[in-house]
Amino acid sequence: MSEARDLGMTSEPRDPVASSGSGDLVVVGAGPAGMAAAATALDGGLRVTLVDSGAAPGGQFWRHPPLFARETVPTADLHHGLSTYRALCATLSAHERTGRLTLLLNHHVWTTARDGDGFTVHAVDRGRAPEERTVVLRAPALLVATGAYDRQLPFPGWDLPGVLTAGGLQSLLKGGGVVAGRRVVLGGTGPFLLPVAASLAARGAKVVAVCEAAAPSAWLRHPGALLRNPAKWAEGARYAGTLARHRVPVRTRTAIVGAEGAQGRVAVVRTASLDADGRPLPGTERRIEADTVGVGWGFVPQLDLLLPLGCDLTDAGDGTMAAAVDDGQRTTVPRLYTAGETCGVGGAALAVSEGRLAAVSVLSDLAAPGRPGTRRPAAERRAVARHRAFARAMAQAHPLPPAWPAWLTDDTPVCRCEEVTAGAVRSARADGAAADHRQVKQLTRAGMGWCQGRMCGPAVHCLVSARHQPYAPAERLIATPVTLGALADSVEPTSDPS
Amino acid sequence: MTAFTVDGEPLPFVPGQTLAAALVASGRVAWRTTRGGQRPRGIFCGIGVCYDCLVTVDGTGGQRACLVQARAGMAVTTGETDDE
Ligand SMILES: Cc1cc2nc3c(=O)[nH]c(=O)nc-3n(C[C@H](O)[C@@H](O)[C@H](O)COP(=O)(O)OP(=O)(O)OC[C@H]3O[C@@H](n4cnc5c(N)ncnc54)[C@H](O)[C@@H]3O)c2cc1C
Ligand code: FES
Repeated sequence: MSEARDLGMTSEPRDPVASSGSGDLVVVGAGPAGMAAAATALDGGLRVTLVDSGAAPGGQFWRHPPLFARETVPTADLHHGLSTYRALCATLSAHERTGRLTLLLNHHVWTTARDGDGFTVHAVDRGRAPEERTVVLRAPALLVATGAYDRQLPFPGWDLPGVLTAGGLQSLLKGGGVVAGRRVVLGGTGPFLLPVAASLAARGAKVVAVCEAAAPSAWLRHPGALLRNPAKWAEGARYAGTLARHRVPVRTRTAIVGAEGAQGRVAVVRTASLDADGRPLPGTERRIEADTVGVGWGFVPQLDLLLPLGCDLTDAGDGTMAAAVDDGQRTTVPRLYTAGETCGVGGAALAVSEGRLAAVSVLSDLAAPGRPGTRRPAAERRAVARHRAFARAMAQAHPLPPAWPAWLTDDTPVCRCEEVTAGAVRSARADGAAADHRQVKQLTRAGMGWCQGRMCGPAVHCLVSARHQPYAPAERLIATPVTLGALADSVEPTSDPS
Repeated sequence: MTAFTVDGEPLPFVPGQTLAAALVASGRVAWRTTRGGQRPRGIFCGIGVCYDCLVTVDGTGGQRACLVQARAGMAVTTGETDDE
């Protein structure tokens, strides 16, 4: 696609150990927030290194196959807001040509540290995985825009093959052009289920049901936030149109409460209507045949790189903690900025506005000579406030059903990695030994496996913690597993050649 | 033909796809078993956070199939338990 033709979206590895001279600003995450931040900072005269673990810029919302595959894996029709994406790509590629932007794709950042006045960012280049090369970046300012991941609540059968996160279905589609199954049931809560249903249907999957746990009337309690965001209405209406065209039934106050398998994958989904607390109403259970299930209960901000730097968190209003920022996207750590869903989930448009604002702050804090070439910051701040109000209303209209643990049997696995059951977690709590997910981890190993509690953390938290206390992820010193060789390489990073 | 091998069998893929995308396109959603209960696992989150999709690539274990770009001639082996 022409918008990105010149953007260096290669998978080619760069120098084995790049080092400082990484410019004035390192941006981690090339999603809507990171792309907008990098573009604004570059337009304002800074030299920027933009790092992402993916094979193409765009993050989750604008997930694309790598540049060279855009014709063989066409996914443009599945996207929204592509004109913004194209404009951002054009800006980034112009700056890449002048050498002021260094774009590092397929680079996984595994930790960051304060380094004198600035930051050191440790990454591995996996452009030729399983090979790994160490890359160390240094800059006076760091902007973390690592987004979020799907929040999961366990149910009996959720670990059957063919059960995916809703985002996982979307990423297979947008990134690889692959529809994971033929008959799909979606469940969870939040407006994100609708684009997933729409894109699956557009690619020929039969979406047999979308089970939304919330009641639509919940939205009526927030008329202000709705009225001030007409674009969100329009978007909702478009999805509703697509779903109606494909005859996709959306059932509200309904949840997937179980799944059963046959021949090595999910075969049947059990759904039930919920009472106001989220308890299944007796006699409402249905069995639906499906070979694929997508589940998502909102998102959890991805704070791995921020927590070890010691920045404060704040209640995001949806049961999770997010990074605390001022109205210029500054964290509580000097010269550390964050934008997008690390500050709470609110969609791509919000992420773009926050990215721009963060870059404006970097420009003023570093006393950059140039001026940001975007809308005036005041207008951007108003946009952020409006989108944040909408996100808060959305979170309140789509809460986790408090009684969801009623779906669990004692032998339902809660932690997928270590196969810790709901019964084990409950008895850790009943013994009075565990009052938060970190203690449960020590007692039961829930959260101790490969994913480090990313999948089970929010659920374990709900099972053992006081109600209304938001989930704060445990600190993970290493955001992605790295080889000992990469660790050893990074102990003595090469010094700045310039 | 553009293909990598999975446990010795060739699996065609469209260049640009990840290993997981190619596996799912071929109808496979599970390719590993857990250490404890020998439960089947494959792709779950699709974005590198759940580690359910682990495979061994050219002899190196612990690779997330949903992140690794497929390349012609790669040798992928599956089924290992995930000893850390
Ligand atoms: C799987 C998934 C699919 C989604 N699909 C949609 C959709 O189709 N429609 C919709 O409206 N919303 C979708 N969302 C919601 C989504 O989060 C958007 O609102 C939006 O993409 C947020 O933008 P962002 O820039 O904050 O973060 P993201 O878009 O998530 O971007 C974060 C980027 O950071 C990178 N990253 C993270 N950690 C590291 C690291 N350690 N090292 C290097 N790079 C790193 C990631 O690769 C990613 O590209 C999806 C969310 C998920 C989790
Ligand atoms: S599917 Fe979750 S890490 Fe690959």
